[in-house]
Amino acid sequence: MSTISEQRKTRQGLPSLRGIVTKIVLLSIVDAIAVFALFTLFVQESWVVFGIAAAVTLAINYIYLRPGLLPAKYLLPGVLFLAVFQIFVVIYSGYIAFTNYGDGHNSTKEDAIEAIILTSQQRVPDSATYGIAVVEQLGQLSFLVTDPDGDIWLGGDGAPLERVTNAETDSTGKATSVTGYNTLTLQDVLGNQRAIADLAVPLTDDPNDGALRTPDGSRAFLYLSSLVYDEDADTFTNTANGTVYTDRGNGAFQADNGASLTPGWKIDVGFENFARAFGEEDIRGPLLNVLLWTFAFAFISVASTFVLGLLLAMVMNDWRMKGRRFYRVLIILPYAFPGFLSALVWLGLFNQDFGFINEVLFGGASIPWLTQEWLAKFSILFVNLWLGYPYMFLICTGALQSIPDDIMEAAAIDGAKPWAAFRLIKFPLLLVSVAPLLISSFAFNFNNFNLIYMLTAGGPRDPSAGVDAGATDILITLVYKVAFGSGTGRDYGLASAFAILIFIVVGAIAAYGFKRTKVLEELN
Amino acid sequence: MTTLTKPAPPAANAARDRPTPIPQRRKPLARRFAETGWRHVIGVVAVIFAVFPLVYVLSASLNPNGTLVGSNALFRTVDLGNYFRLFDSPQQPYGAWFMNTLLVASITALSTVFLGALAAYAFSRMRFTGRRFGLLSLLLVQMFPQLLGVVAIFLLVSAIGDIFPAVGLGTHAGLILVYLGGALGVNTYLLYGFFNTIPISIDEAARIDGASHAQIFFTIILPLVTPMLAVVGLLSFIGTTSEFVIASVVLTEPSTQTLAVGLYQFVTQETSKNWTLFSAGAVLAAIPVTLLFLFLQKYIVGGLTAGSVK
Repeated sequence: MSTISEQRKTRQGLPSLRGIVTKIVLLSIVDAIAVFALFTLFVQESWVVFGIAAAVTLAINYIYLRPGLLPAKYLLPGVLFLAVFQIFVVIYSGYIAFTNYGDGHNSTKEDAIEAIILTSQQRVPDSATYGIAVVEQLGQLSFLVTDPDGDIWLGGDGAPLERVTNAETDSTGKATSVTGYNTLTLQDVLGNQRAIADLAVPLTDDPNDGALRTPDGSRAFLYLSSLVYDEDADTFTNTANGTVYTDRGNGAFQADNGASLTPGWKIDVGFENFARAFGEEDIRGPLLNVLLWTFAFAFISVASTFVLGLLLAMVMNDWRMKGRRFYRVLIILPYAFPGFLSALVWLGLFNQDFGFINEVLFGGASIPWLTQEWLAKFSILFVNLWLGYPYMFLICTGALQSIPDDIMEAAAIDGAKPWAAFRLIKFPLLLVSVAPLLISSFAFNFNNFNLIYMLTAGGPRDPSAGVDAGATDILITLVYKVAFGSGTGRDYGLASAFAILIFIVVGAIAAYGFKRTKVLEELN
Repeated sequence: MTTLTKPAPPAANAARDRPTPIPQRRKPLARRFAETGWRHVIGVVAVIFAVFPLVYVLSASLNPNGTLVGSNALFRTVDLGNYFRLFDSPQQPYGAWFMNTLLVASITALSTVFLGALAAYAFSRMRFTGRRFGLLSLLLVQMFPQLLGVVAIFLLVSAIGDIFPAVGLGTHAGLILVYLGGALGVNTYLLYGFFNTIPISIDEAARIDGASHAQIFFTIILPLVTPMLAVVGLLSFIGTTSEFVIASVVLTEPSTQTLAVGLYQFVTQETSKNWTLFSAGAVLAAIPVTLLFLFLQKYIVGGLTAGSVK
C-alpha cells in the first residue's frame, strides 16, 4: 500500500511514471509479436488473416495509447481470446457442418492435384541416373543435381530445378557444394532419412514432367506419375489403362465407374451433412438413440444425485450428531478426487474378467458391466451417482442451514406434522436456492464427456450403425468419435453437424435457466 | 481472509447461531439411537460407498503384483515399487506428463484469473455502453463449454500451426491459448459478483487521493480480492487438470501430453497388465488436487453457489 501514499502528491487520475513505463514495455512486446506475425503472414500471402491481424494490432495500439476508453483497456485482453477461441470457434463449427471436411477432403483442389500426382509417382524403368548432393539452407532441404550430361541444377520441394553455375565439383564432375547452401554430411543424411526420402524435386514447372527422388542421398531417379493431369479439361488420365477421372462437383476426381482418386478436396456441401444425419437410416436411428440417452442420462444423473445428496444432507444436518465434520470430509472425497481418474478407477472395478466387483462382490461371476447395453447404461449412471452426490450433499447442506429454524418451529406450533412441514415449507424454500444449480448440473451432465468416454468410450458399439455410435454414447462423445475416431475415417463435417445439435439443445436449456432464475432482471 | 464475506458458506453462520448443546449423560441407548444413532449408521454406509474405490486404488498402487486380478486382495502386500517404476519407463513418461500438466494448468489458471479480474473490474466499477450486453453475453457463453467446438478448435490450431509452428498442434503454448479463450466465459461472472461486494467508496477515497485507475486496480482492489482470486484460480487449475478432449486433439506426441491424456491411453491399452502402475500414477496425481480441494472446500463451495444463489 506504500505506493498509494507516494502517489498522493501526483495529480488526480494521472498515471505514475512506473505505470507509463510498464505500459510502453508491454505494448512494445505485443507489437513486436504482432509485427513478426504480420511479416510471416505477408510472406505466406495469407491476405485475409493479414488484414484481420493488422486491424487488431492497430486497435490494440489505439485503445492503449489514447487516454480514456477505460473499459476497453480492461476488457480487451480477455475479449480477444474469447473472440478467437470461443466465438470464432462456434461460427467456424457452423461453417464446417456445411462442408465435406474430413479424411481425404482436407485441403484445396490445387493441393489435392499435387498430392495425387505425388502419390502416384513411379520410377521410370531404365531411366538415367542423376548424381545428387543433399544441401540445406535455413532448414529447407534441396537437391544439388548433376544430370547425365554433366550440367548442374538446384531444386527443392515444390521448387523446380534451376541451372546453377557457381557449384564446386569433385574429380568425377559431380557437384558437391554450392554457395549459400550447406552440404549434408553422410551422418546428416542418415539422420534425415525420412525427410530426404519424401523429397520430390519437380523437373520443370509442369508436374506431368515428373520429379527426382533419391533412395540413398547420392543418386536420384526420374519418377513419373501414372496419372496425368490435363489442366484445360480438368481431368486425370491413367496412362496404364486410359481411365479418365473428372471433377463432378463432389470434391474428388471420379471415374465413370464411380471410383475416385484420393485425396479429394474440401467443398461446401450445403445441408448434405444434416440430410445424412436425419435422412440415412443407419445414421438417423443411432442418432435418435444417442439423443434420447443423452437426455435420459443427464436427467437421471441430476435426479439421483440430488435425491441422495439431499437425503444425506438431511440426515447429517442435526447438531446433536457427533463427528459430522469427519463424515462430511469423507463423503465429499469422490468430488475432490479428479474426475477423469475416478472414471478410470471404476473402469478397473467393473472389469468383466478381473475386476473387484465381479471377482469379490459377486464371487467370481462374469457380469458384462460395461459391455452389455443396459448394464453399461446402469454402470454409467451408478458411477455418476458416486461422482455427483457429494456436490449435491454440499449444496443441500448449505441451503438447509440457511433456512431459519423458526419457520419449522412456527409450522410445528401451527400443528404441521414433520413430513408435511418439510414437504410444504422446507423443500420449496430449498428448491428456490438450488434450482439454478440443478439446471447447470443438467447442462454439465449433458456434455459429461470424460465419464462416458473413459468408462465405456460410448460402447458397446451398435453394429448396425453407419457411424461409430454405441449404447452409452452421448452427443458430445459421438461428435468426438466421428471427428477423431480411429475405427472409421475422420468426418469433421458430420461431426460439426452433430455439434450444432448440441448448441441448439444447450441454448434452449440456457434460455430456460435464465427465465427460471430471473437473472436477467437482477442484472444491473 | 477477513475480507471474504460473501463466499463464506451458510454453514459458518449456522454453526454460530445454534444453541450450545447441554451435556447430558447416560441417556438410554434406545433414545440415543433414535436421536443420532441411526444417523451414524447411514453416515457410515455413505462413507464406505464414498471411500471404497479410493481405498481400492490406493491398495492397488501398493501391490507389486502388477495386474488387475492381483489387486483384488486389499493391502495384502505393501510395496512402494510402483511409485518408483512410474518414473523410469520410457513407454509411459509419467514424469513428463506430470510436469506438462503442472505447467499447462498453472499458466492457464494464473492467466485466467488475471484476464477474468480485469474484465470483472471493468464490469463492476465502470458504466459504459454495452455493459449489460457484455454481461449477458458472458452469461450465455458460460453455458457453452469449449469442448463443444473441439472440431473447429483442432482445425483452427492446425491452421495457426501452419503459419506459426510455435503455437500450433503439439505445443503447450497452443493448448494454453485455447484454454484462455474460455477464461472470460467461465470466471468473469463469478468474479464480478465478488468485486461487487467490495464497497465502491474505497475506490473513491483512493481516487481523491490521486490514484489512477490502474493503481486502484493493482494496489487496492486486487489485494482485497486475493482470497477469491485464489479460489477461482484453483478451480481453473483443477478443471484444466481434468480436461481431456481438447488436450487429446492438440497434444499429439506422448512426451508432450498431459496426465489426463497420457494415463487414459496408458490404462486403456492394456487395462489389466498396467493396472497397479496406473493406480500409483492416479494416486500421485490425485493427492495434490484432492488435498487442495479439501483444504479449500469451504471457499470452493461458497464460490460455486455464490454465482447463482443470492
